[in-house]
Amino acid sequence: MSKHKIVGKPIPRYDARAKVTGSLKYADDFILPGMLYGKVLRSIYPAAKILSIDTTEAKRLEGVKAVLTAKDVPNNETVTRFGQSTEVGKGFEGLYRVLADKKVRFMGEAVALVAAETEEIAEQALDLIKVNYEPLPGVFDPEEAMKPGAYLVGESGSNIIGEFGCSQGDVEKGFAESDVIIEDTYRVTFQDHAFMEPESGISWIDDYGVLNIRVSSQVIEHFRDVADVLGIPHNKVRYIGTIMGGGFGGKEDITVESYLALLTWYTKKPVRLVYNRDETFMCHSKRHPFVMKYKVGAKKDGKLVALEAELIGDSGGYPYLSAWVTLYATVNAAGPYVVPNVKVKADVVLTNNTFTSANRGFGAPQPNVAYESIMDELSRKLNIDPVEMRRINCITTGGALSTTGQVFNTYVAFPEAAEKAWEALGEPSDSEDENIKVGRGLAVGLMSYGRMTFLHDTSRCYVKLESDGSVLIRSGIPDLGAGQISLLCQIVAEELGVPMSKIRIYHSDTALTPLAGTTTATRQCYMSGNATLKAAREVRSRILKKAVEILNVNEGNLDIVDENVVVTYDPSQYVSLNKVVKACDTAGIELFCEAQFNAPFTPVPDLSNIRGTTHPDFTFGAQSAEVTVDIETGQVKVNKIVTCYDVGKAINKAAVEGQMEGGSIYGMGYALYEDYQLEKGVPKTLSFAEYRIPSSLDVPEVETILIESGGGLGPYGAKGIGEPACSIIAPALINAVYDAVGVRIKSLPITPDKILKALKEKSL
Amino acid sequence: MKKIPIKFTINGQQREALVQPNDLLINLLRDELYLTGTKYGCGIGECGACTVFLDDELVLACLILAVTVDGKEITTIEGLARGKELHPMQISFLKNAAVQCGFCTPGMIMTAISLMKENPDPSEEEIREYMRGNICRCTGYTQIIKAIKEYAHSMKG
Repeated sequence: MSKHKIVGKPIPRYDARAKVTGSLKYADDFILPGMLYGKVLRSIYPAAKILSIDTTEAKRLEGVKAVLTAKDVPNNETVTRFGQSTEVGKGFEGLYRVLADKKVRFMGEAVALVAAETEEIAEQALDLIKVNYEPLPGVFDPEEAMKPGAYLVGESGSNIIGEFGCSQGDVEKGFAESDVIIEDTYRVTFQDHAFMEPESGISWIDDYGVLNIRVSSQVIEHFRDVADVLGIPHNKVRYIGTIMGGGFGGKEDITVESYLALLTWYTKKPVRLVYNRDETFMCHSKRHPFVMKYKVGAKKDGKLVALEAELIGDSGGYPYLSAWVTLYATVNAAGPYVVPNVKVKADVVLTNNTFTSANRGFGAPQPNVAYESIMDELSRKLNIDPVEMRRINCITTGGALSTTGQVFNTYVAFPEAAEKAWEALGEPSDSEDENIKVGRGLAVGLMSYGRMTFLHDTSRCYVKLESDGSVLIRSGIPDLGAGQISLLCQIVAEELGVPMSKIRIYHSDTALTPLAGTTTATRQCYMSGNATLKAAREVRSRILKKAVEILNVNEGNLDIVDENVVVTYDPSQYVSLNKVVKACDTAGIELFCEAQFNAPFTPVPDLSNIRGTTHPDFTFGAQSAEVTVDIETGQVKVNKIVTCYDVGKAINKAAVEGQMEGGSIYGMGYALYEDYQLEKGVPKTLSFAEYRIPSSLDVPEVETILIESGGGLGPYGAKGIGEPACSIIAPALINAVYDAVGVRIKSLPITPDKILKALKEKSL
Repeated sequence: MKKIPIKFTINGQQREALVQPNDLLINLLRDELYLTGTKYGCGIGECGACTVFLDDELVLACLILAVTVDGKEITTIEGLARGKELHPMQISFLKNAAVQCGFCTPGMIMTAISLMKENPDPSEEEIREYMRGNICRCTGYTQIIKAIKEYAHSMKG
């Protein structure tokens, strides 16, 4: 096919109409007759011994149907997984504990569960559960937690749960050869996903004794994990994934599902459980805070010679996906730069803080803050223009990642992306007020799409052309709001020449839809897009073969356009799709296909020195920003953000732009406002008033520049964009603030206080 | 707790209900009337996902006691379309890709309609100021602002 019919167009989403009318049923919008209300009792200490739990009074309260503690959970301790069926080992599968047992590891940890006839009764029952705690000292700083003799968060002899490294060349020699060396420590803090839809779901047992869970989840493959918790066969748990009200990685781990499963299993009744907003802040994962010690050396001409990085991540009370996130950080530690001598060491450590796990960007945004700030500093020291600095040092097509040596075989959009993002800022704004300073910053980066290749990732999709010419898709794909299901419909519309209105998709149901894998790792366009394309092309080819018999033209000269099979060189010759479908049906030709797409598989790397391919491919881009800084108040206002990525091919242009705009603002929040604060493990920011995310008034219009190289591994050459879009705006803003007022903020968020303090220190 | 009878108009239809003195409007809408288009996002008036009209005034359903709607008229997102014909603001959100996860969308649309009633020709700054209480985590607001601007523009012509 030379020209696309619907691919590349900015079309309204499949699910958008149901969303603007309010008719779409999210997880919290579904009820069942006779259902009970679930509630979770949370630990009031970040570190404590549980001496005893007395549930007698709670159980006696009228209307209470179940009160459960750790001893009631068939398998209270299993391992954290995120949908993989591969046994990876090497410390990746950390402890997953359903309910706190003996020892509490973070404030808000689930201690007991209640199911009752009303929400009020369930809440009263929580108050009647008597937990006798013995508070323990705890440890709240990952660097402290690493020291010998530190308080032990868990049951093992060390708080360190993951150690990674990679190196090439000889950094000592590299630093000796360098003309300029910059050594600095950068710190980034906890970021909450702050999705609008709280964690929610409902569970029931069906006619055949199967436990059904209808839930807002990015990973319906957790049905296996829930079955393991209950100690029942995997095929006795069914997940029905709802369209999510946002996820951003926060619905990648199990949230309400184990609790729902246990309460329904014990009561045999439907149970509904929805987190309050303060509960969602306190009790789900956060982005990992990192301490990042960097040393970077360059020649006078700007060429990088050596980079050494030591990263320490805070895992909070449990491992969840910390090991994976830290591996991403390790791989990304040198950014998209050619550095002959590199040494990276990364540790991730348990503390008694809120646990951390996946958050959009998954370990890439943290090191990006450090290396891109240092690149800016180097370019200033050497008096080299920021774009020129990237021209000199960025990897280009055919180059390799300086951390792991992974070779890029697809188009690498450097320095193109940096040039475009910088140029689009236009002429600098004027400031009429001498206290308001204008500044601009640039950052470049790369971010993988698709899961780590040693996870042996697969996705499946079923496509069926019905006898009336309408189309049915079945895919296990969870849709977190980025347009995942709509994308699959668009691919099928393209291949089968039918309008979007004739396509129906059934999605994310482990009983009825082929498993498509998780909606994480910016993988669905690539993985499920390819599985869908494969299935649709098989059905298409069967249609065309039959049409060859009807039209007497070679298959290569046929296309399906507007529900007709047409001869491409003479569109007056055609046969209706309907007629071909009927002919196929009569001849017993199957007009359905379930296809599987496999990502490239690689062995598990040596984690102490990661070498070679760890990801299928990467998305490359640049972000730039103009800010004003008020030197009297320290207030930063963002005038403009430009986001430029090579998206390979924008299948739905409006959706891709939406990801780039939204991602930029997600990253801007991380840079300027968002700070989930804890004081000795006690969370202090449990509302949108205390944990501020950007409002319409805070943000500028985001300008998006799409490079469409066609070089991606997804359908039609597409790359993934969901996570890359948020991953480098923070350093661009740090660099812009420096440009405005000459102070470099080395810890996020960039608050007015920090700016004023730095300005004061500078003037001394 | 003793239940109190109330009468009100919801999306053009007269209804009666028995509510507890501490019931909130959001519970009445979602749990009694099954109008789930009004969303629970925070419960304390900080996100705007439960924005509805009460007698033409924009309110947050999580902050209003249900008993206080006695004798009043409520319009929710479900009350905007006329049959299959969507409200032009809904169409503008569709056309401008202003919808991602959609959880903030009903509240956004209600607030945008209120803005148009108060100020049919707003500047971008006025739109951003008026919409600030409705939080969106997905879009970065660019396409939402565009949808509102385009609606205002189409109403002028």
